[in-house]
Amino acid sequence: MTLMKSLMGAAAAVALTAGAALAEPALIFDLGGKFDKSFNEAAHNGASRWAEETGGTYREIEMQSEAQREQALRRFAEAGSNPIITMGFGMADPLSAVVADYPDTTFVVVDVTWLDAPNLRQVGFAEHEGSYLVGMMAAMASKSGTVGFIGGMDVPLIRHFGCGYAQGAKAVNPDINVVANMTGTTPAAWNDPVKGSELTKAQISQGADVVYAAAGGTGVGVLQTAADEGILSIGVDSNQNHLHPGKVLTSMLKRVDVAVYEAMSAGENVETGVFVMGLAEDGVGYAVDDNNAPLVSDDMKAAVDKARQDIIDGNVNVVSYYENDSCPALQF
Amino acid sequence: MEKMPKWADVVLIPVISLLLATILSAIVILAIGEDPIEAVSLMVTGALGSTYGWGYTLYYATNFIFTGLAVAVAFHARLFNIGGEGQAMLGGLGVAIVCLSVQWPHWSIALLAACAASMIFGAAWAAIPAYLQAKRGSHIVITTIMFNFIAAALLNYMLVNVMRPQGSQDPATARFPEAVHLPTFQSMFSTAENVMFRGAPANISFFVALIACVVVWALIWRTRLGYEIRAYGHSETGAVYAGISPVKITVVAMLISGALAGLMAINNVMGEAERLVLNSTEGAGFIGIAVALMGRSHPFGVFLAAILFGFLYQGGAELALWTSIPRELIVVIQALVILFTGALDNMVRMPLEKLFLSFRKGSA
Repeated sequence: MTLMKSLMGAAAAVALTAGAALAEPALIFDLGGKFDKSFNEAAHNGASRWAEETGGTYREIEMQSEAQREQALRRFAEAGSNPIITMGFGMADPLSAVVADYPDTTFVVVDVTWLDAPNLRQVGFAEHEGSYLVGMMAAMASKSGTVGFIGGMDVPLIRHFGCGYAQGAKAVNPDINVVANMTGTTPAAWNDPVKGSELTKAQISQGADVVYAAAGGTGVGVLQTAADEGILSIGVDSNQNHLHPGKVLTSMLKRVDVAVYEAMSAGENVETGVFVMGLAEDGVGYAVDDNNAPLVSDDMKAAVDKARQDIIDGNVNVVSYYENDSCPALQF
Repeated sequence: MEKMPKWADVVLIPVISLLLATILSAIVILAIGEDPIEAVSLMVTGALGSTYGWGYTLYYATNFIFTGLAVAVAFHARLFNIGGEGQAMLGGLGVAIVCLSVQWPHWSIALLAACAASMIFGAAWAAIPAYLQAKRGSHIVITTIMFNFIAAALLNYMLVNVMRPQGSQDPATARFPEAVHLPTFQSMFSTAENVMFRGAPANISFFVALIACVVVWALIWRTRLGYEIRAYGHSETGAVYAGISPVKITVVAMLISGALAGLMAINNVMGEAERLVLNSTEGAGFIGIAVALMGRSHPFGVFLAAILFGFLYQGGAELALWTSIPRELIVVIQALVILFTGALDNMVRMPLEKLFLSFRKGSA
């Protein structure tokens, strides 16, 4: 009898833990790894904030190989994780192959907006709108009439950033000269601060006195060199103003952390569909804090806030690089 | 007289090396506060405990067989081909061009064409370093490793500017048409009531890899060309005295090596991804060096070593999925295995040889 009881107890305990595991979300990082100082780290921050506030736990994996994308999706889905949150456009293709097999699991993907599935939440960001605002600030802060853009790896997403930036700068000063460089053509370009520093020096020699880095870990070198050489820089993704107080004009915020945090908070009942986080949703924007407040004049703030409202109201249209794979304001 | 019996050389030394690597890995896992026994059992069951696990293990192993054979053939001519990575990338480009540009009626014909294209592209990428080595004396290690970077830049250019479908944000080619999808182990071995290898990427190119093992064995030990390659590798002056042309052997061995590395693309590009992505080779060209070292440049040894590395990859993925062991530590475990089986060979071999010698004296 006692044996029977303990067996029943064990079975109940197993059932309970299984039940608890059911509600556990999972987070799949892209190949850069969760401490990439940029995109994946923002997701990690959002997830840790959720875990701290709710005391919840989640499964996570950092991709090591392309073949693991589909594997991780299927394994987490079969283990009952829900929702399963994935990062980056590289997940689009594996997701389209997997989601239909697990109709009871909700999948979330960040940086993808073009798939079609009922159990998929797709979160995109209007990076060109945020970049437009910081482009305006760069043009207003520039005394030389030349501003710089330093991208990471030469992929369409980064051209998308640069395109919005150039449009913003030209909206303030139609004659402004925008210098654009990409760090490289391999994934190493996301984490090459030395080359970021070299490119910054090259742009300074061409007259640039504000540079915008959209380059992941490479941007650390850009911001450092800009501070050393006495020019202004603009950070990206998370608020990087604190890295060099008084030397970083602002940061273009892309709230990947908020997207992950919201998906985890809503749990398995998270709303599905396509969500583009633009200026209106505070998905993108520019950062003002104590570190850069002296650099941002009232005129600047007023002009940028007006432009923000105009974009939200539809009075100003920022052209997306994706529309026809080219940019009206900048040649790559 | 041999110092050790052959079975000790072939079996005992690798097993002892593996055990040492396992023990060290266990200590590392203990040091970060995880349970090593649980970790090892997770790796074993995850990689070998189900047909699903085997499906992934054999998929990775297929990649490593091709690159391992590529390095092994070059080793026989005493050439160190570090360019397997770039040759495999170019092989992928060849496969993508073949699969996307022609309307293939059936996968089998497409597979033959893709094999030919990947081998030609891989061999062509190895041809320039081979020529530079043979005619100009530019060291093959330097040139092949440089060609890896050129291959990466070329692939990036092709995918971002040329082969990317209009409006797509992902730097990759379009999906290959349905007709060229290779049969996976799931479709080959599953019956209606019993689904095997579910969702695993292992596919028919595993058997192509096995055929390649046999062909390489026959080439190296059963043909005149293989004899010349081995003779040149043992002694260049001796080979020249015997009338063997160093230029010809260097170029031919590198062409075969590059073709084998390029052939890997039928597995990872045509069999798994079914499109060409930027990061398709993911280091298999470098793993091939460790596989060839561990397999003593013999096709059967390469096969076994490739299975071991496939196990490490798939087992490592399972560890990453279900424990909080960071992925850097999984790389450490993989590196320990490479270190003990490849680089620290003599550390196990010398005491073992002494041991066998003392046995022999005792019995004599």
